[in-house]
Amino acid sequence: MNNNDRHLISILMENEAGALSRVANLFSARGYNIESLTVAPTDDPTLSRLTLATSGNEQIIEQIVKQLNKLIDVVKLIDLSETEAIERELMLVKTKASGEQRAEMMRLAEIFGGRILDVTEATYTIELTGSGNKLDNFLRAVEKDAILEVVRSGATGIARGQKALRA
Amino acid sequence: MEPITGAEILVRCLKEEGVEYLFGYPGGAVLHIYDALYNQDDVKHVLVRHEQAAAHAADGYSRACGKPGVVLVTSGPGVTNAVTGIANAYMDSIPMVIISGQVPTALIGNDAFQEVDSVGITRPCVKHNFLVKDVNKLAETIKKAFYIATTGRPGPVLVDLPKDVTIAKTEYHYPKKVKLRSYNPTVKGHAGQIRKAVDMILSAKRPMIYTGGGVILSEGSTELVELTQLLGYPITNTLMGLGAYPATDKQFIGMLGMHGTYEANMAMHHCDVLIAIGARFDDRVTGKIDKFCPTARIVHVDIDPSSISKNVKVDIPIVGSVPNVLRAMINVIRDEKLRSDTEALARWWRQIEEWRAMKSLSYRPSDEVIKPQYVIEKLYRVTEGKAIITSDVGQHQMWAAQYYHFDRPRQWINSGGLGTMGFGLPAAMGAKLAFPDQDVACVTGDGSIQMMLQELATMKQYHTPVKIVNLNNGYLGMVRQWQEFFYQKRYCMTYFEALPDFVMLAEAYGHVGMRIEKPGDVEGALREAFAMKDRTVFLDFLTDQTENVFPMIPSGGGQNEMLLAERDEMVSTHDEGMVLL
Ligand SMILES: Cc1cc2nc3c(=O)[nH]c(=O)nc-3n(C[C@H](O)[C@H](O)[C@H](O)COP(=O)(O)OP(=O)(O)OC[C@H]3O[C@@H](n4cnc5c(N)ncnc54)[C@H](O)[C@@H]3O)c2cc1C
Ligand SMILES: Cc1ncc(C[n+]2csc(CCOP(=O)(O)OP(=O)(O)O)c2C)c(N)n1
Ligand SMILES: [Mg+2]
Repeated sequence: MNNNDRHLISILMENEAGALSRVANLFSARGYNIESLTVAPTDDPTLSRLTLATSGNEQIIEQIVKQLNKLIDVVKLIDLSETEAIERELMLVKTKASGEQRAEMMRLAEIFGGRILDVTEATYTIELTGSGNKLDNFLRAVEKDAILEVVRSGATGIARGQKALRA
Repeated sequence: MEPITGAEILVRCLKEEGVEYLFGYPGGAVLHIYDALYNQDDVKHVLVRHEQAAAHAADGYSRACGKPGVVLVTSGPGVTNAVTGIANAYMDSIPMVIISGQVPTALIGNDAFQEVDSVGITRPCVKHNFLVKDVNKLAETIKKAFYIATTGRPGPVLVDLPKDVTIAKTEYHYPKKVKLRSYNPTVKGHAGQIRKAVDMILSAKRPMIYTGGGVILSEGSTELVELTQLLGYPITNTLMGLGAYPATDKQFIGMLGMHGTYEANMAMHHCDVLIAIGARFDDRVTGKIDKFCPTARIVHVDIDPSSISKNVKVDIPIVGSVPNVLRAMINVIRDEKLRSDTEALARWWRQIEEWRAMKSLSYRPSDEVIKPQYVIEKLYRVTEGKAIITSDVGQHQMWAAQYYHFDRPRQWINSGGLGTMGFGLPAAMGAKLAFPDQDVACVTGDGSIQMMLQELATMKQYHTPVKIVNLNNGYLGMVRQWQEFFYQKRYCMTYFEALPDFVMLAEAYGHVGMRIEKPGDVEGALREAFAMKDRTVFLDFLTDQTENVFPMIPSGGGQNEMLLAERDEMVSTHDEGMVLL
């Protein structure tokens, strides 16, 4: 396995005050890196789902998974990188859109399956979802100085097939 | 049912949990709790003189008797003072429940008087913690706290209790059981893994059993002794595991690690199968990881999956509790009449005996100056090896571990993981409360003893007669030793130009003080002190100021790279070792 493989770890945990800080604390205290982190309640209001992207060699990822499991608030977790999984991230981008740029920007958004949510004379606000890679590609495709603001949710994900992560 | 206050509920819960002693210190936020403690004598409260000592005393109590230690402190400085003691328990996996007062819920986050974020501050050094905001959840939370603290890999659990919650009333129900969907420690080992492990263990030509604090925490000593004797294999214990296997048995080859015996470390280095049981491959034990047990296949039994393959990759992991797993191993071996390779084992033992013949713990005796090792040898003799020994941190700690031969678990109480100077005295008090009829001695140093000295007053108040064996070398000896070896004898800030008169000090607190300056007086003084059954005696031994702890593996060294007494030229350590501790 590569030395710095990226892993997407999805965690089902008690929806308690402090649960998120325990996870964040674990990463800073043990020097693991977090690329992104998303968290929200689930259909069961006593549980929240936290997804984080991290990287490290095999031994580090093994320790991260064990240390997360050791947290009392963590009910279950899955390393989505170890199975067939769907990864999605939401991005909102505000771009310049005036003159010739306008049509070009709309075309690009369409190609990437984006939606234009807000329009002014000079700007578009575009919504895109997809894997982190796809969002990166969009940003690369857009002229650099056309980008005014980028907001990304961080990756979330779910396993393919019949397997479901439930308490 | 009559509604009662949160404070009363707490006290009832403690009673329900069979809490004998509560170690604490009052303050504004816990006044209601103290009021509920008034006029009841189910739970006895020990008023320490510093909150750190409350945690250490509870910790020592727990290490001595196995029950969780319980602590009560007020908000703000009460909690922050206790943090060192909590971290100490955390590092050594000691079951403890800490109740901390908090400002009223309405004021939380307001920078209120004596407010600190106790849950936040302690998060990295507790197994778990809770903030109780609703009195209706109090009883259940206390139940959970004790359950989490004492099961799986034990550890401290803090319950933060805002003052208004201690005043609010509700009906009291103590749940008989708690179930946490997110917490189910694996106790029983996987049968397939156990079977594979037994095969590997019996295939060994040069086996080695390495066990740690987990055997003591899990009460697995009986099974360990049975398995070890069934196999006939050599065994070593970590600093935390001493006493789990009788030190006077011939299969025991001493402690391993930085200050372990030559034979234990050499056997580790040369073994072909390592059987690790309830030990966590600490850096004090492994030395440089790349040089650790280079030829061994490794079996590791531990209840905490995160202890396994953390520092050293193992071949057969078994997650489970020591007594369960070892019992299963014994059964497999007995039922199937399996045998080890006795010929290879005999050869291995001959090799180990050669290493043992090096007598790595020998030291140069003296008629003029008291050798610290000699004091411990005499302490062992005078107490017939039966006393409970607590220790502080430093050279004296290593000498106590090396020269007092512990034959039973929970006899040796010391701070291993955090290495907290100041632990020894309050821990001795806790141990004495747990076993009032046993001799308890605290082996300490002139540096360490001054960190929790105020507890001499608590010991007077609660009548906990222990014997304090101060190996007074005038130095922060362990640090001085490192400066001698690795910093060309530049003794920066390790010499105490002023030390108190410990004899007068002991007397000022109402105890007996003795100063011993000659080797010939050591044994007599110890006998005299231990004859005073109902007094705390402070024995101030003026010891050789230049003595060092041997053997020693310098940081960055492998387990076969030991320095043995003055025989070895002191070479400066590997460069990469200098960054290590
Ligand atoms: C000055 C100084 C010098 C030191 N020098 C040395 C030295 O030379 N040699 C040495 O050994 N140490 C030394 N130490 C101590 C060292 O720092 C560590 O504390 C110690 O080595 C850890 O011991 P352990 O591996 O037994 O682990 P512990 O900290 O006792 O951990 C116990 C392990 O057992 C597991 N466990 C708990 N319950 C169970 C159960 N029911 N079933 C199965 N497993 C369980 C836990 O998960 C954990 O992995 C020194 C400390 C100091 C302060
Ligand atoms: C609270 C704390 N501070 C600092 C240290 C670092 N330290 C480790 S051993 C030691 C010296 C201990 O001196 P003493 O108690 O006199 O014991 P000796 O080594 O002389 O036997 C020090 C300062 C520590 N372990 N704990
Ligand atoms: Mg000293």
